[in-house]
Amino acid sequence: MDFRRIQAELNIVEQAKKYGIPVWQHPQFLFLVMGLLIAFSSLFMYALGVRLVSDPQVVALGILILTMVLLAIASVIERSFERLAEAARLKSEFVSIVSHQLRAPLSNLKWIADLLVAGKAAKNQKEYYGLLKENSTRMQNMVNDLLTVSRLQEGGMLTQEKSFSLEELVDGVVKNFAPVLKASNITLKVQQEKGLKVFADPVQIRHVVSNLLDNAIKYTGKTKEAMVKKSGKKRAITIISVVEGKKAKFTIKDTGVGIPQQDKKYIFQKFFRSANVIRHETQGSGLGLYIAKSIVERAGGNMGFVSKEDKGSMFWFTIPLSAT
Amino acid sequence: MVYHTTICNMKKILIVEDESTLQKTLGDILSQEGYKVVSALDGEVGVRLAKEQKPDLVLLDLVLPKMTGFEVLEQMRSAEDTKGIPVIVLTNLEKMEDIQRATELGATTYLVKSNYELQEVVEKVKTVFGNS
Repeated sequence: MDFRRIQAELNIVEQAKKYGIPVWQHPQFLFLVMGLLIAFSSLFMYALGVRLVSDPQVVALGILILTMVLLAIASVIERSFERLAEAARLKSEFVSIVSHQLRAPLSNLKWIADLLVAGKAAKNQKEYYGLLKENSTRMQNMVNDLLTVSRLQEGGMLTQEKSFSLEELVDGVVKNFAPVLKASNITLKVQQEKGLKVFADPVQIRHVVSNLLDNAIKYTGKTKEAMVKKSGKKRAITIISVVEGKKAKFTIKDTGVGIPQQDKKYIFQKFFRSANVIRHETQGSGLGLYIAKSIVERAGGNMGFVSKEDKGSMFWFTIPLSAT
Repeated sequence: MVYHTTICNMKKILIVEDESTLQKTLGDILSQEGYKVVSALDGEVGVRLAKEQKPDLVLLDLVLPKMTGFEVLEQMRSAEDTKGIPVIVLTNLEKMEDIQRATELGATTYLVKSNYELQEVVEKVKTVFGNS
């Protein structure tokens, strides 16, 4: 057992993979290189010293160069330790966010059940059953997102690529969201290239399109009534899909709260939730965009965005066109 | 007249919680126990209502939109008229540093939601009123 543990600790390749750093940056590997370098160069210097006793400058220069190389390696080691610490920090943050996001609906469920069991919901029983359903769905979505993330990371995601019409898929998604759009008083404009066919997994792309539209609605709906009136702009979302080179490009533009400059680089990271988002609501898994981008990239496309705080965001993705 | 006096003697509880489900379950059970309940769905409204309504007790979540529970606590403790109101922190954060921070900021009790039954929370509320 212990032997296995030691073996695992010595397996630098495996460890580097685990922490997501290249092998040459692994501290143990670097220490090994440094140790070997010191041993060999000491021998070399000794040999050199014996031969060139008359010329100490050469020996001194050799030592100087050696010191510099060692210093450089030491600085790389330091940086790799920092990266290891960062990986550990992210891991603990992951655990704490997951537990918080899973616990919220769980404690909701528990307290509703407490109330129902105690017979104290007499008048509002029906409403509480509705809340039970709502919270279990929320819990289910969170678990589904987590499973998708782990499948994406381990490459175990089942993908069935085929040729399909992006136009029809987008229309279908839009239809599903019609009631929400109406309730949030948002106008949606859809401009699609006719007969646009793409090659990907339609179920997954549907997930991506739904996620982007859902985000757009959520954050457009959050703009204050006063601001809508002041700017004279209506709450609006525009969807455009066109052919661009060998790919189809889908764009969705909203007039929502936008993304603050300092949050932009984290937007596609797992569990990241923009300060602007949290200011408006604290729920949400922080996994949606990470999953969307991973799906699109696996399909051979790309995803990006342009955004201005308080003005709105524009998210886009590309996927390969169908060959037929 | 009798009705009027009962209203006056009713203890007022402010619930600052962004989960509408919890807001509702807690609100329902506390009203059934005979408390008057006021609700805020975010931190900003929470601070405002604490000042306007002068509740006898605040149930405070920590992860909140607009202003965190910590900030709410800080603002309540720094204002003369809300300084003395007991605050029960009701959250899912259970890191030692969070508990310490909330206690330092003046939280009366710290409860981790998922570790408590609804009835136990009601008991805690009663205890606070019993001791004050």
